Amino acid sequence: MENNLLSIALIIIALPLTGAIIAGLFGKLIGRSATHTVTISLVGISFLLACYLFKLIVLDGQPAVDGIVYQWIQSGSFSLNIGLLVDRLSATLVFVVTFVSLMVHIYTIGYMADDPGYQRFFSYVSLFTFAMLTLVLANNFLLLFFGWEGVGLVSYLLIGFWFKREAAVFGSLKAFLVNRIGDIGFVLAIAAILMLFGQLDYAHVFNNVNSILDKTIHVFPGVTPPAITVICVLLFIGAMAKSAQVPLHVWLPESMEGPTPISALIHAATMVTAGIYMVARMSPLFEYSEVTLSLVIAIGATTCFFMGLLAVFHHDIKRVIAYSTLSQLGYMTVALGASAYDAAIFHLLTHAFFKALLFLAAGSVIIALHHEQDMRKMGGLASYMPITYLTFGIGALALAAIPPFAGFYSKDAIIEAVKLSSIPGAGYAYFCVVAGAFITPLYIFRAFFLTFHGEEHLDPEAKKHLQESPWVVLIPLIALAVPSIIAGGILIGPMLFSDPKLLGDSIFVLPQHDVLTKLAVDYQGATAMAVHASHTWTFWLAISGIVAAWMFNMRFTDFAEKLKQRFSWVYKIMVSKYGFDDFNQIVFVRGTRRIGSFFYKVSDLMMIDGIFVNGSGRLIVWFSQVSKRVQSGYLYQYALVMIAGLLFFLGWLLLGF
Amino acid sequence: MISLSQYLIVAALLFGIGMAGIIINRKNIIILLMSIELILLAVNTNFIAFSYFLDNVVGQIFVFFILTVAAAEAAIGLAIMVVLFRKRGTLEVQDLDLLKG
Repeated sequence: MENNLLSIALIIIALPLTGAIIAGLFGKLIGRSATHTVTISLVGISFLLACYLFKLIVLDGQPAVDGIVYQWIQSGSFSLNIGLLVDRLSATLVFVVTFVSLMVHIYTIGYMADDPGYQRFFSYVSLFTFAMLTLVLANNFLLLFFGWEGVGLVSYLLIGFWFKREAAVFGSLKAFLVNRIGDIGFVLAIAAILMLFGQLDYAHVFNNVNSILDKTIHVFPGVTPPAITVICVLLFIGAMAKSAQVPLHVWLPESMEGPTPISALIHAATMVTAGIYMVARMSPLFEYSEVTLSLVIAIGATTCFFMGLLAVFHHDIKRVIAYSTLSQLGYMTVALGASAYDAAIFHLLTHAFFKALLFLAAGSVIIALHHEQDMRKMGGLASYMPITYLTFGIGALALAAIPPFAGFYSKDAIIEAVKLSSIPGAGYAYFCVVAGAFITPLYIFRAFFLTFHGEEHLDPEAKKHLQESPWVVLIPLIALAVPSIIAGGILIGPMLFSDPKLLGDSIFVLPQHDVLTKLAVDYQGATAMAVHASHTWTFWLAISGIVAAWMFNMRFTDFAEKLKQRFSWVYKIMVSKYGFDDFNQIVFVRGTRRIGSFFYKVSDLMMIDGIFVNGSGRLIVWFSQVSKRVQSGYLYQYALVMIAGLLFFLGWLLLGF
Repeated sequence: MISLSQYLIVAALLFGIGMAGIIINRKNIIILLMSIELILLAVNTNFIAFSYFLDNVVGQIFVFFILTVAAAEAAIGLAIMVVLFRKRGTLEVQDLDLLKG
């Protein structure tokens, strides 16, 4: 049975890779429709197997399988295996990843229909699915890192998919560079783990955490923090870059230059949540480092509130949703910091559904308007695109945490968990997540109203062709809308409050941090929670957010304009995104360029070119110019030298020195 | 009676003049040949002086050989010079710098 599960997991990983290879190498040969048939059917089989795996492990409660596929490296006592860990957490994630990936594959047929890079795109998306599944199913840190870098690479390739656009190239480079910062942290963390534990297998590391609790690592002279804190902070730096937490969030808005299906799959549903998954997976480590948990909750809260606020000020529909993703990732991070790992994964799941839905619906609008993304040039689309309108609305309601949509349960659970948390920083985090509950509906319904309601600001040329998107686009929308409505209500009980929980022993929480158990006392079922919502002020905040969005954008637009003028300095800060980009541009980009040009001029041009290469040549030319004067060609000079030499040797002989 | 050292001094002076002729002379290549002859004569003087004072005839025989060789050398040298003059129209030492690097 164990072997069976392992082979199923292996097939789930291998199928998208096969698809990627076929589409990538033979895509031109087999043509467009064959390419999408092959990749979609392979990912489809992968998805069905993932469902089977989910049923066996999560629903039937079969024990987790931690198996080795083969040994990669054997060096002394250190061995490195390619191994898979199929437990409740990874089975759940595999299910989500393959589902969203399948939806995006299907959607791509419609979205990329006219694109010359059709086969390349399918190849990348399948490759991404492969890398993400490896990341999720890995049973040791190095394989996790392989998947981690794999998704990063494909993300880079896909952001720069339209590589003739300057903004896309810039965005992909930015994403790549920012992620390198996180990778430094991650690699250092892996190195520290290898140093302290001697092995990289999860099981070995998690079982021996107690043995390193009293150890310290000498970081700087005079600074010797506990080893576990160093490891966790470094791991979290990795997670920060991948999951776009402040201040390493700057790449995610730029990543919107990629095609919309990718924004949905990579930059909303799966890859950016890899950091959340990683921290949840490492919960046996993070639990022992309160300092890191405080850092996690503070960073998450800052991201959650301040990035959400930025979404209100953007006009590009994809950027609004991108900032919303940042904000929601902040929610998940806050949940991690509050030790409510299950709640974080729960929000990850529901978010994957409704955020992918929002992106794909936005993409549907974008193709209908021939790649117009500015919301100021939309409006009144509801009557032209009813299904897109409806599904976007469902996604927006889920995101805004209106009961009984999925987002309500997961977000409310996080807010309640933070309220009960006693980690330092939880008070600040509570303020941020509650404020976020107002901001979230404000920005998403602003986008909703501007796009689908109100006056039409459409380009007359685009309006002629305006129609509902084809069925390949609508099917994924509908398929994602269903879990966006029901997933929360169905999953909240088993995920957060049953015993054992849905994720079971994949997650480890110390008793003193266990906020979910405290929360479970008040839990009386999903329906009761939805009904009870009207007594909580987070619900009324959400409603007032929607009303505010309607008022500012539909009813009293003059008032919003006046506010903008009255508080123009606030508006400037918001439009400049708190100056993160400018700061990076000035300090890091320009600084690096300065250093680069300094070294180019001094060490490259002056030292290497000037002194070593040209210098040695010039030295030889100079020397030969001097020494050639010796050969004057005049006999009398030669004779003089001969005499001088003769006298010299004669003198030497006679005087005998 | 003229002593050996006086002969040797004359020979050394001759040698010095010949050497100086080679080094200082920058004009005519014939003077160069003449200087070489002077050096050879200096050597011959030495040979004869030593031969006389040491009562050894070998030195004088050597002188005959040297004179013969010097005559032959002068003949060849002059012949080369004639050819050189025909070829280049000059015998200035400063113009003969084909060995220049």
